[in-house]
Amino acid sequence: MSGQRWSVEVDREACIGSGMCAGSAPAFFELVDGRSRPLRAEVDADDEVLGVAESCPVEAILVRDVATGAQLAPEE
Amino acid sequence: MTEATTDGQPLPYPFGDGRQIDLEQRYAELRDTPGLVKVQLPYGRDCWLATRYEDARTVLGDPRFSRAAAVGPDVPRPNPEQPGDGGILMLDPPEHTRIRGVASRAFTARRVEEMRERTRALVERLVDEMVGHGAPADLVAHVALPLPVLVICEMLGVPFADRDDFQRWSSAFLSTTLLPPETVVEYGGALRDYMSELVEQRRAEPADDLISAMLRASDEQGRITRDELVTLAIGILVAGHETTATQLPNFVYVLDRERDQWDLLRERPDLVPRAVEELVRWVPLGVSSAFPRYAKEDVEVGGVLVRAGEPVLAAIGSANRDERVFPDADRVDVLRESNPHIGFGHGPHHCLGAQLARMELQEGLRALVTRLPDLRVAVADDELDWKSGMFVRGFRELPVTW
Ligand code: HEM
Ligand code: SF4
Repeated sequence: MSGQRWSVEVDREACIGSGMCAGSAPAFFELVDGRSRPLRAEVDADDEVLGVAESCPVEAILVRDVATGAQLAPEE
Repeated sequence: MTEATTDGQPLPYPFGDGRQIDLEQRYAELRDTPGLVKVQLPYGRDCWLATRYEDARTVLGDPRFSRAAAVGPDVPRPNPEQPGDGGILMLDPPEHTRIRGVASRAFTARRVEEMRERTRALVERLVDEMVGHGAPADLVAHVALPLPVLVICEMLGVPFADRDDFQRWSSAFLSTTLLPPETVVEYGGALRDYMSELVEQRRAEPADDLISAMLRASDEQGRITRDELVTLAIGILVAGHETTATQLPNFVYVLDRERDQWDLLRERPDLVPRAVEELVRWVPLGVSSAFPRYAKEDVEVGGVLVRAGEPVLAAIGSANRDERVFPDADRVDVLRESNPHIGFGHGPHHCLGAQLARMELQEGLRALVTRLPDLRVAVADDELDWKSGMFVRGFRELPVTW
């Protein structure tokens, strides 16, 4: 996984503002006006990002491998 | 001003015994009092209480607060037993994220939506059976309890036939003072043995259920140990039925009292999802705020400096009545549009079953307003059979007519 870059997006329409991602992975997500937003659009590969993306109750967090474009979360 | 902020003496807490649906009046005063208040629960040390929406969200969602630190005899709590170890509500990220991730995909909005049709058919059948029994009938026994128990049994892969046993044992986790501590230990152990055995059965013979899926995460991916799996499955089984089973009768009771709101739903069942959000906001399900968060460093909350190592409780029921966020907050308004309530919590521990509970409550309420539009509570207020000595407020039985 080392060296990989991932893109992180939040679908703010779908987000229900549970605060799960921002509370669990504050280095990557923050709540703005009650909805989540990634702090950075691109990050070094990190299990923490994948973990919370998989746990989002409405699957609003989209993580992709920048090089290949492959969708890493949510699981399709 | 309350005495708590002037003489430093903690207020005895909770503010009532929960034998009423209305939020205890004390919270409204506290929301308008600057700072946080110190309270004393029946067991453990004194504790800060956050009653405003913004402050409650900070306590629940800010990573400077920890649940894992809430261990030992000092932890403020409404029940005599010391907090046990291992439950998902006792963990901090990243362990929490790892464990929760093993189950969370089964609880996404998308997966829950796939269960809606079957749940609808199930509720219809339960309502038919209640009608067949004839009025008055107990809404809890006929509809509100079997609904979530059937759903969670099917989802997890727990035999519905065992419900009398596991419901009795579950009460160990739902009791504050209802059960003596020896019984809590005994029932907790019995439920653990039961679940361990079930998990072993699934390992020998996997099925299309959540226990089997979690076993794959355990055996194939090593994401979770067998012990953690059993604990998680118990947590889901316990949290997955009592809450919904208590809330649906609470909703019916509130809508019976606010009859214009029931009538609105009768005419416009399409409002049911909004009504469910409004009622989850309005009904203060917890008798007492529970599960304090410990500050990992000094944190300012509501104008008070909470020192590292101090516990704070978030009063969810009170936060949901904060006028700063919900205009006319004490009114039940099924037309309310913006409703960012925290009835399912907030932050890392935001209810795992929130989407499932929403769906169950929506289908339950929809079936009742459409099939039994003249549904009424059949007993006077002073004859209501309130639960007591439990974490949640609601009815042991709720006789209804239609
Ligand atoms: C009306 C129904 C329900 C309400 C009002 C409700 C409310 C809540 C609240 C407020 C919390 C957070 C507690 C805290 O942070 O201190 C929570 C957590 C939790 N709920 Fe629910 N709940 C409901 C139904 C369910 C259902 C159906 C399940 C089934 C699977 C469930 C499973 C859980 C679990 C496992 C947690 C702990 C999550 C964690 O620690 O990450 N709940 N619930
Ligand atoms: S976990 Fe999902 S729903 Fe919750 S705040 Fe993050 S993006 Fe929004």
